[in-house]
Amino acid sequence: MSLDSKIPAGEMDKKWTDYKGHVKLVNPANKRKLEIIVVGTGLAGASAAASLGEMGYRVKAFCFQDSPRRAHSIAAQGGINAAKNYQNDGDSVFRLFYDTVKGGDYRSREANVHRLAEVSNNIIDQCVAQGVPFAREYGGLLSNRSFGGTQVQRTFYAAGQTGQQLLLGAYSALERQVALGSVTMYSRHEMLDIVKIDGKARGIIARDLVTGKLERHFGHCVLLCTGGYGNVFYLSTNAMGSNVTAAWKAHKKGAYFGNPCFTQIHPTCIPVSGDHQSKLTLMSESLRNDGRIWVPKQKGDTRKGVDIPEEERDYYLERRYPAFGNLVPRDVASRAAKERCDEGYGVGTTKMAVYLDFKDAIIRYGKIEAGKTGNEEAAHHTILELGKAVVAEKYGNLFEMYEKITGENPYEVPMRIYPAVHYTMGGLWVDYELKTTVDGLYALGEANFSDHGANRLGASALMQGLADGYFVIPYTLGNYLADEIRTASIPTDHPAFVEAEKEVSERITKLMSIKGNQSVESFHKRLGKIMWDKCGMARNAKGLQEAIVEIQELRKQFWSDVRIPGDIEEMNPELDKAGRVADFLELGELMCMDALNRNESCGGHFREESQTEEGEAKRDDANFSYVSAWEYKGDSNWQLNKEPLTFEIVKPTQRSYK
Amino acid sequence: MEHYNMKLTLKVWKQKNSNTPGNFETYHVSDISSEMSFLEMFDVLNEQLITEGKDPIAFDHDCREGICGMCSMYINGRAHGPWTKNTVCQLHMRAFKDGETIVVEPWRAAAFPVIKDLMVDRSAFDRIIQAGGFISVNTGNAVDANSLPVDKKDADTAFDAAACIGCGACVAACKNSSAMLFVSAKVSQLALLPQGQPERETRVLNMVTQMDKEGFGNCTNTYACEAECPKGISVANIARMNREYLKAGLKSEAK
Repeated sequence: MSLDSKIPAGEMDKKWTDYKGHVKLVNPANKRKLEIIVVGTGLAGASAAASLGEMGYRVKAFCFQDSPRRAHSIAAQGGINAAKNYQNDGDSVFRLFYDTVKGGDYRSREANVHRLAEVSNNIIDQCVAQGVPFAREYGGLLSNRSFGGTQVQRTFYAAGQTGQQLLLGAYSALERQVALGSVTMYSRHEMLDIVKIDGKARGIIARDLVTGKLERHFGHCVLLCTGGYGNVFYLSTNAMGSNVTAAWKAHKKGAYFGNPCFTQIHPTCIPVSGDHQSKLTLMSESLRNDGRIWVPKQKGDTRKGVDIPEEERDYYLERRYPAFGNLVPRDVASRAAKERCDEGYGVGTTKMAVYLDFKDAIIRYGKIEAGKTGNEEAAHHTILELGKAVVAEKYGNLFEMYEKITGENPYEVPMRIYPAVHYTMGGLWVDYELKTTVDGLYALGEANFSDHGANRLGASALMQGLADGYFVIPYTLGNYLADEIRTASIPTDHPAFVEAEKEVSERITKLMSIKGNQSVESFHKRLGKIMWDKCGMARNAKGLQEAIVEIQELRKQFWSDVRIPGDIEEMNPELDKAGRVADFLELGELMCMDALNRNESCGGHFREESQTEEGEAKRDDANFSYVSAWEYKGDSNWQLNKEPLTFEIVKPTQRSYK
Repeated sequence: MEHYNMKLTLKVWKQKNSNTPGNFETYHVSDISSEMSFLEMFDVLNEQLITEGKDPIAFDHDCREGICGMCSMYINGRAHGPWTKNTVCQLHMRAFKDGETIVVEPWRAAAFPVIKDLMVDRSAFDRIIQAGGFISVNTGNAVDANSLPVDKKDADTAFDAAACIGCGACVAACKNSSAMLFVSAKVSQLALLPQGQPERETRVLNMVTQMDKEGFGNCTNTYACEAECPKGISVANIARMNREYLKAGLKSEAK
């Protein structure tokens, strides 16, 4: 099958307007007859379900959590970008578009990114109208901050809880539609397969996680808003339940998977403390605005951080990248930390951490504060007091969280941080309309691949989730559904539903009947270790080839020796987890294949074979300026399709942060 | 931070489903590191139970960073355990000593029926939001965000109320199983903002009616909810909701 990205003709800044002006419409009376299934209720899913419900469609929304308000969008800390230019500092739709394409290391689709930048402003308006309490200035207007090293202040925020506030806004819009009867909400439900009739997605098989019973649900189309797959690494900043299952089932039913190896490793997370570790916690990127990152100059130094004198510290980011220093992009900062630790300079008990130190910031702010009151000769301890107060106002909640987890006070001793898996830029391949390669099947938000290329910029994930749900899908879906108005609802006793349910049921029975000796968790941990060691921050052909064999072997063991307690028809979290880990065991292999195929370094994907003499990532536009869209052909068998990327506006250059 | 290992005895509520009565089971765990989170200690226990061929303990959890509101354990008589302004997932084992016995129960409230073991059904909270916890603005209807200035103090107070994670600890901590802190946090957030004015009166009346219908108890001002709230939501919100309710009630009677 050839890939048609359906990018509208015309100039870049007119494409979306032209598209909207010519797209097919569905009249209100017909909307009432059309049913839409939305899987996942994070920012993308909740905003899509609410907006489509408001338009008059009949929507069914599904989430595995006990309430749509729990989706992992809620954990986003820093903020959401928009090209409002409220700060009068030269921002524009074009600049946001440009920064996003460049930040993605020229592996995203220009037309999609331009549309994202265009609708970014509507998102802020919509959220404010819903009562989202963004930070404000004393004049009552919205406040902005800079983020991720951009040169303009375009990030809107609500303290360190921006994701929470945006999700609760979308959730309230969704619950309003539930009350009005246009959306039916199915929480504690997990989608376990797509139902296809005559090549079109026509429904899903879902499992009620409380009763364990399988259900059939019809829809004229299906929207997957199911987030990313970072948990394939076992340890990540994702929620425990975040999984690839819905996207993976869609993939096996014909949806191509785009750029699966593009993973974002975030540089500032709390390090692993031991084998018991179940997840990792992010510390907002904003900390790098004031914190300085360092390791001891001496290998294997066992002294405490505070006991190491200034001249024996290596501020390696400032040394390697004098122009950007501690504010280099996420991928660069992460690799530099790994390099130091691999060389034996790491700190803490595990030696897999670097310091993020606020001592200088505390003194600097303390002196400024003392100066404000004319107390130029303030004693050192007074300066420290004053400085700590300033740092507390900026980062107090993060410092508290750090102390709860580690038991160390970051006002007194440097924080220990290490990179962790955070976001997946890859996902289901979609065209300009967010449609996958299966007719009637759409993917929104982190679940699709389209907007972030090989590296996502800070404060862009929230923007994309809400753009897709509030402002893109309400238009593009109509273009498909306009041709579906003659399709009556298909009863779920249709053979395709019966067959799909049977397949799901057989797989569950098979899992339960293995009755082996090893827990689901133990398999997940081993898979995570393979992925992290060989398909993590740095990748090479030999390691990836080994990983593929190891994953195949592990998958075989899983299907012959996993132990799942309990029964099928009851609340059984171990069974839920087993299904998800089984899918991760297949996805992991594809990620390694994709990473092996892409013999270039770009964004978060670093192939050791493709680097400059100074050890920086080297992109290869001549050979790899394409999206890898993998087609499932059976067990361990995929065909690579390529969508060539052309850049009309933002001409690719090698990124440099020296 | 110096860390240590401990042996612990756990008395945990086990209940097959909402139709079957439950009881406490006693478990023993060892080599629990003080660096583990409380839920990681449960992970260790569950792995042990699975290895022994026993039934693991079901509990709700998701983000494990204190923001999704899914985790919900009543530990040694306190919602979310011994630390203040904290969720179970952020509680760490250095809060306990070697040899201790820890009692773990689900949220106890008529409006939160037990689903299994430590999991409860909190869908009543969703239905209260459905009754009015929103501003009726369809997508695409919004005016420019800065056309509506909001007094910074009101915006900050609204934000403090909006920090609620909907975990239900306030209900679990209250001797009357009252949901007043949860409901008042949403009523306050929207009453404080200019966007929330058009539906201000119907909102509070409808949300309180739904709250009563769900079977939550009354507020008797013991402030246990505020003390146990992981996000420090203030009882001042309850006072504000009472005022809002009274005003709205008088106005609707006058109509």
